[in-house]
Amino acid sequence: MASKVLMKGNEAIAEGALLAGCRHYFGYPITPQTEIAAYMAKKMPKLGGTFLQAESEVAAINMVIGASAAGRRAMTSSSSPGFALKSEGLSYLAGCDLPAVVVNIQRGGPGLGGIQPSQADYYHATKSAGHGDFRMLVLAPNSVQEMLDYAFEAFELADKYRITAMLLSDGTLGQMMEPVDTATKVPGPSIDKPWALTGTGEQRPPNLVNSLYLTPEELEGTVFVRYDRYKVIEEKETRYEEYLTDDADIVVVAYGAASRIAQNAIDAARRDGLKTGLLRPITLWPFPKKPLFRLAQKATAFVAAELSMGQMAEDVELAVRCQRPVFLCRRTGGVMITPEEVLQKIREAALGQDPAA
Amino acid sequence: MTIVFDKTKALTEAAMHYCPGCTHGIIHRLVAEALDELGLLGRAIGVAPVGCAVFAYNYFNCDMVQAAHGRAPAVATGLKRARPECMVFTYQGDGDLAAIGTAETIHAAMRGENITVIFVNNAIYGMTGGQMAPTTLLGQVTQTTPYGRDKALAGSPLRVSEMLGTVDGAAYVERVAVDSVKNVRGAKRAILKAFKTQAAGQGFSLVEVISSCPTNWGLEPPAALEWLREHMLPVYPLGVYRDKIGDEVAA
Repeated sequence: MASKVLMKGNEAIAEGALLAGCRHYFGYPITPQTEIAAYMAKKMPKLGGTFLQAESEVAAINMVIGASAAGRRAMTSSSSPGFALKSEGLSYLAGCDLPAVVVNIQRGGPGLGGIQPSQADYYHATKSAGHGDFRMLVLAPNSVQEMLDYAFEAFELADKYRITAMLLSDGTLGQMMEPVDTATKVPGPSIDKPWALTGTGEQRPPNLVNSLYLTPEELEGTVFVRYDRYKVIEEKETRYEEYLTDDADIVVVAYGAASRIAQNAIDAARRDGLKTGLLRPITLWPFPKKPLFRLAQKATAFVAAELSMGQMAEDVELAVRCQRPVFLCRRTGGVMITPEEVLQKIREAALGQDPAA
Repeated sequence: MTIVFDKTKALTEAAMHYCPGCTHGIIHRLVAEALDELGLLGRAIGVAPVGCAVFAYNYFNCDMVQAAHGRAPAVATGLKRARPECMVFTYQGDGDLAAIGTAETIHAAMRGENITVIFVNNAIYGMTGGQMAPTTLLGQVTQTTPYGRDKALAGSPLRVSEMLGTVDGAAYVERVAVDSVKNVRGAKRAILKAFKTQAAGQGFSLVEVISSCPTNWGLEPPAALEWLREHMLPVYPLGVYRDKIGDEVAA
């Protein structure tokens, strides 16, 4: 029998992590994600795990590096300004090929910004999480159930590909409550980590977790190997959801909280007789480029709806190879888009106007 | 035939990259011998810093991780929480530990994190070519204090052991030097005690090792040791700054 529990999005993430066997959480308080830390602080001691409130965001991500290097499932969570600070650690995690799960419950920026929901860390998450050539696998849930599901899934993916999996969400989903089924999750077979630091027992050669290579060709080689792995992830792990796209002339692209608003607009557009559909990226990296290009063969125009200034819209334009106009419905700084605003853009797109005009 | 000295198996065969006369080699040996003599090598995980000792992972014959600049105590915290049965140590210089990593150091001590920190203080940034460190002496000439460290511009030397001596979570803090045979023996005793402190689950231990940098001080190795004695030891007095457990675990 399915057991449903009413939970906050942030709590669902924490529960998903615990179900995945995460027993090492390191965090630092910042609104609007602090419920994750609070949940972990309550649960971890009873599960024999570690909850540690670090002295800084930087320390927290480096503690994740330590626990992950020791072969454990480890995570941290924060909100936008916190992730700017964690960038150093995200780069080292990639350079060391360490699996980790990080959660960004986004708020408005730049600077101290505000504490209302935003999607303005899209670039940071998908393109420039830190210095150097690397990627994170970025998952964008759009319900409290998915907060749990993808938090769980993030650990499996991180271990499988020795990559940092980021759950990129926002203050809306973090703070809202919905019923969640928690009984469905069982971790897969544990993945062997022969590289982990466990002490040699003087029985095997020492293991080394390192990102330093002073010979350029050697460093380049490690990056090439990593990018081969990224290619496999692009082929196998790209996730998205389509809604009414079969006959759609206009395709709205939106993720996370914005996708729920967009869905209302699409229903309204359909009532007006406009054939409109939704493509919701679930992985933001890898971005669902192929399905978007496929849709571009039939659709006449796209609408990118996002809580940022067109950061995701650029990926939509790249995915459709600029063959179709991409209209942009955007609000930022903690302001939500409304279904009416999305509908207005759908109407403009249906008229075949030039979005740049 | 009696063997009077043998290289410890806790050091690898790799030739060290340190400059002639640098005391890092001695300190590496002392750390390695301590792990070996206490039978802890198989349980050891070391954290290498950024700085001259960045390649420490090539020299210690145990599991190693290379940390970002200053973050070694945070990485060590994650390791120790994940593997409490392991002996986790960091090996850090003064730029790494006392500048960019000050917060990580103090808070690891504050939590009583059960790790051992080997802190090498040579009053200068070595690897980057001799810039001012927080531990640089007043008047000391470096690349970034070409007219000598001026208190009005750059403050005064930071005394890490004294500072950590006030932190309740710290179990054992001692400052030693490696300028003479006598002091090297004292340093070995302190490092042994630090690891014993961790093995006994007593909490944070740190050994500050006053060290020389002939290359960036612009001195011949013997003159550098003389300079250390004459100028550094008065500012950085040797001694025990915190000892929660006394001789109990040291025995």
